[in-house]
Amino acid sequence: MSLIHKTAAELGRLVASREASAVEVTQAHLDRIAEVDSKVSAFLHVDAERALEQARTVDERIANGDRLGPLAGVPIAHKDIFTTDDMPTTAGSKILEGWRPPYDATVTRRLREAGLIILGKTNLDEFAMGSSTENSAYGPSHNPWDLSRIPGGSSGGSSAAVASFQAPLSTGTDTGGSIRQPAAVTGIVGMKPTYGGSSRYGLIAFASSLDTPGPFARNVLDAALLQEAFSGHDEFDSTSIDAPVPPVVEAARQGDVAGLRIGVVKEFGGEGYQPGVLARFHETVDLLESLGAKVVEVSCPTFGYALPAYYLIAPSECSSNLARFDAMRYGLRVGDDGTRSAEEVMALTRAAGFGPEVKRRIMLGTYALSSGYYDAYYGQAQKVRTLISRDFEAAFHQVDVLISPTTPTTAFPIGERADDPMAMYLADLCTIPSNLAGNAAISVPCGLADEDGLPVGLQIMAPVLGDDRCYRVGAAVEKAFTDRWGGPLLSKAPAL
Amino acid sequence: MSAITRDEVAHLARLSRLALDEGELDHFAAQLDQIVGAVARVAEVAAGDIPPSSHALPLTNVFRPDEVRPCLTPQQALSGAPAVEDDRFRVPRILGEEA
Repeated sequence: MSLIHKTAAELGRLVASREASAVEVTQAHLDRIAEVDSKVSAFLHVDAERALEQARTVDERIANGDRLGPLAGVPIAHKDIFTTDDMPTTAGSKILEGWRPPYDATVTRRLREAGLIILGKTNLDEFAMGSSTENSAYGPSHNPWDLSRIPGGSSGGSSAAVASFQAPLSTGTDTGGSIRQPAAVTGIVGMKPTYGGSSRYGLIAFASSLDTPGPFARNVLDAALLQEAFSGHDEFDSTSIDAPVPPVVEAARQGDVAGLRIGVVKEFGGEGYQPGVLARFHETVDLLESLGAKVVEVSCPTFGYALPAYYLIAPSECSSNLARFDAMRYGLRVGDDGTRSAEEVMALTRAAGFGPEVKRRIMLGTYALSSGYYDAYYGQAQKVRTLISRDFEAAFHQVDVLISPTTPTTAFPIGERADDPMAMYLADLCTIPSNLAGNAAISVPCGLADEDGLPVGLQIMAPVLGDDRCYRVGAAVEKAFTDRWGGPLLSKAPAL
Repeated sequence: MSAITRDEVAHLARLSRLALDEGELDHFAAQLDQIVGAVARVAEVAAGDIPPSSHALPLTNVFRPDEVRPCLTPQQALSGAPAVEDDRFRVPRILGEEA
């Protein structure tokens, strides 16, 4: 088996035992990028020289007898919304084109400390606003299963990179589903940790009460290893949880659901859901029962209002956060001809530098926060948020985890929803409640839809700081399906 | 009845410091009207006495020790600036002509 098809855990072991060098592993992935990324467009920036330099350092340290972590020497693709002091950081926006941040995000720093090799920065919907990467100012990424379709979003470059074997691991951020939805539609694993479990320091803010960094991988154990590598308390993020990281790696190795109580969310299914998605989901419910889990239906009555509440809360926070792009201290400046005022330059710059979806959300948020509308929109949405958390609390009294399809449909064609924001927003229908409540949730592959042969994801939701339960159930599903399919789902993907 | 008018969108664009052209205003007015109409569904939830959540986790007043630490140098802080003068950010005029 070639190096690019190995798991991250195997690569880490090969490098540690010096059966393969980090330089060889890195070069193999750089060669793959050179071979296929002209078709996939997962990366906005690749720095081969810097990656090989990092790999040489890891090899030297191992030769010197340093004991490094389990992912030392393993390449990773990094979402271009985390600051990196040695690479540009654009957030998929023209307003930050060519910007080189003066500091590393905490997630970036921890990847480096763990000896992971950052290959480059991946494409995303501008400022993580979108479900397809079509809102990137640098063009869309493509789904490796069918290049005419979206790889999900906003972290679509990261999902496409991992699904096309350009990297065994990647980072993402999940504000309304931006890790789980891209993982589902590309047939890989994507995890949204508990809010506050992974640091937002150096993550360019979209909606600060929702934004959560998390891992992508081709299997559950690799995702757990990556989450463990970059998680934990960070004093530079005031919402970081000062508690031990849940035992995610142990849970991913355990993968057992016997006696576990699993709730199927009654509100997610039926009209608007693709039949092939529901068929694979119901098959997975049967599988979990056959593995010894007790499956019951659970009602979460407020979940039907999560989408409208989210599209008031997230734009409100975005309208405030994106005020920092003012053309004064960094980024684009347009129209500064010596006659215009700072305010005029600001408005011209923002009009030129932001794409349509970002403008829509800034104006929507400004509207929801304006005096006279605040109580009816933002205030009411915050109350709905409380009720969604209460629905989760009540559900987790009855069951250990909740499950649903990750997305209502498989990957849609590029262009299909590009100028229909409401249709685009529906892609996050099932993922948003966990962002509003801050609990952990993962997507793992559960098969291919009959009508289009495209991947379907199973979402597993666990309580706040119950991240290990997501991995435990995810690993059990993965093992059972891999046995049934005779290999991982991605082995069925067409060659690029 | 529209949830949001074109004039309101023009006002929102001014508040948001977005210099939109006429075509963009027409386009966004139609879309924002549709979106506001859809998100207004939150009003259907009976939540009169429910406390609002601004955050998923109940954390308040998180401080770290007040101690001097290394920070960015002026060169690092100014490294991405559109215009610099005498180790400072150079910006367009911020006061009116008569001021």
